[in-house]
Amino acid sequence: MTNYDIRKDFSILNNQDIAYLDSGATTQKPKQVIEAVDNYYASANANPHRGAYKLSIKATEVYDEARAKVAKFINADMPEEIVFTRNATESLNLIAYSYGMDNLKTNDKIVLSIMEHHSNLVPWQYVSQKTGAILEYMYINEEGEIPISEINAKIVPGVKVVGITQVSNVLGTINPVKEIAKRAHEVGAIVVVDASQSVPHIKVDVKDLDADFLVFSGHKMLSPLGIGVLYGKKRLLEKMRPFLYGGDMIEYVYEQSTTYAPVPTKFEAGTQNVGGAVGLSSAIDYLNNIGMETVESIENELLDYAYKRLSELDFVTIYGPRDLSKHASVISFNVNGIHPHDVSSILDSQNVCIRSGNHCAQPLLRYMGLDSTCRISLYIYNTKEDIDKLVNALLKTQQIFAKWM
Amino acid sequence: MDDLESIYTDIIMQHSTETYNKKSLENPTDKEHGHNPSCGDDITLELKMNGDVIEDLSFTGHGCAISQASTSIMIDLLKGKTKSEAIELINIFLKIIKREAVSEEELEKLEEARALKNISNMPARVKCAELAWYTMQKLLER
Repeated sequence: MTNYDIRKDFSILNNQDIAYLDSGATTQKPKQVIEAVDNYYASANANPHRGAYKLSIKATEVYDEARAKVAKFINADMPEEIVFTRNATESLNLIAYSYGMDNLKTNDKIVLSIMEHHSNLVPWQYVSQKTGAILEYMYINEEGEIPISEINAKIVPGVKVVGITQVSNVLGTINPVKEIAKRAHEVGAIVVVDASQSVPHIKVDVKDLDADFLVFSGHKMLSPLGIGVLYGKKRLLEKMRPFLYGGDMIEYVYEQSTTYAPVPTKFEAGTQNVGGAVGLSSAIDYLNNIGMETVESIENELLDYAYKRLSELDFVTIYGPRDLSKHASVISFNVNGIHPHDVSSILDSQNVCIRSGNHCAQPLLRYMGLDSTCRISLYIYNTKEDIDKLVNALLKTQQIFAKWM
Repeated sequence: MDDLESIYTDIIMQHSTETYNKKSLENPTDKEHGHNPSCGDDITLELKMNGDVIEDLSFTGHGCAISQASTSIMIDLLKGKTKSEAIELINIFLKIIKREAVSEEELEKLEEARALKNISNMPARVKCAELAWYTMQKLLER
């Protein structure tokens, strides 16, 4: 299957003449996923876990099937290790509140990479402020990579939590999560992996990585908005207190006390987003049908081409690893002398959709001495023609600004 | 390209590259910082009042061509005006950016700032154009 075959499933890309290069923000959805969600509401919708009637039982079944499918997709030991949330941000807040608050104390250390998205950074700042734990960062070298020496220097005894993004949403850097997890475990820390930019693009195996927690959002991998995943090792999830309290997450409720449901239900208070889970399940089927190896090879080919074309433009500065084997299909760059917002506006007028700004990673940009960058992020439905459009639009941008520079 | 050419006009491009308004004042009577957290435009206005009159005004900071030009154009317009005149001009400007009705006579008063009118057609960039004006409003209304 090629990206050209895949693209046919995305009506939004066929109905509009656009080069959509912002899949790191959210992906487009194939008709198979849209139909699966539609079909759920047309034939199986009811409140799961509530009714004894057939429809409610059906809704419960599809919800449980989705959980089992997610577990298998990332090679978790069992479906109970998968908690559904709204998105990766909510998953990370759950970990920060239900694990971080109770397991960290004054002078314990939390170590994050400087390239974390705000979602894996701001919650830990809060935990640090509340518990007195010390927050430290692993910094990057000029290639946008965290050197092994930095990992070993920062992950030392006393560190209790290590937060690491598997793929940087700004630089595209693929971090050595397996080595970081090994080091974290040697010093008695747990590792929290933000896989928002990796699970949609590469084969992720939580057991191989030995991740204690791993999170991602459905909407960045072909699913509807509003469904996210928290993977946690069962023994950790079982020891944690609930995050949100209320309906469905309970066992017995008395006037003054409550016992909680077993994991994962303990962490899923209130009526859940079954339609979203169905969409995610369908997205996983869609990706499995293509095969994650094919997904990777399509993206690698596009990355090589995009990197080559952008490198040929002498007025463009590219950030992130030059070794493309350490680089996922995200490229940050700047057009010399032109602010990224002006670039993205002019690109938009040429029907090229890119992101500009700080990409929810202000500490990273500040560390790099930048205010903002332009970013393209590719997916399986992109083509070389999309990248040609980008390059032509960049030439146009340069032309418009040239007489003023 | 129509939208684009009406945005990146000569007036805007000139102001975004000119630097005569981009400096610190020696003895400002007041300062205000303004920024757009989502995009990173970040400016500081420095104001020197002489009684009720804006004697001098300048800015420092960074941002896109639209935000830089809008700031410089605003400074040219407001320098020498009284506080109440400046507040009125800011209100007219914010109205045109929000596509609210203004009279021909009001529009005239904006002078070069009229060049920014077409930003109202680009919702993604409205905030870039507004930043300096809202920051100035804060300065004058406290």
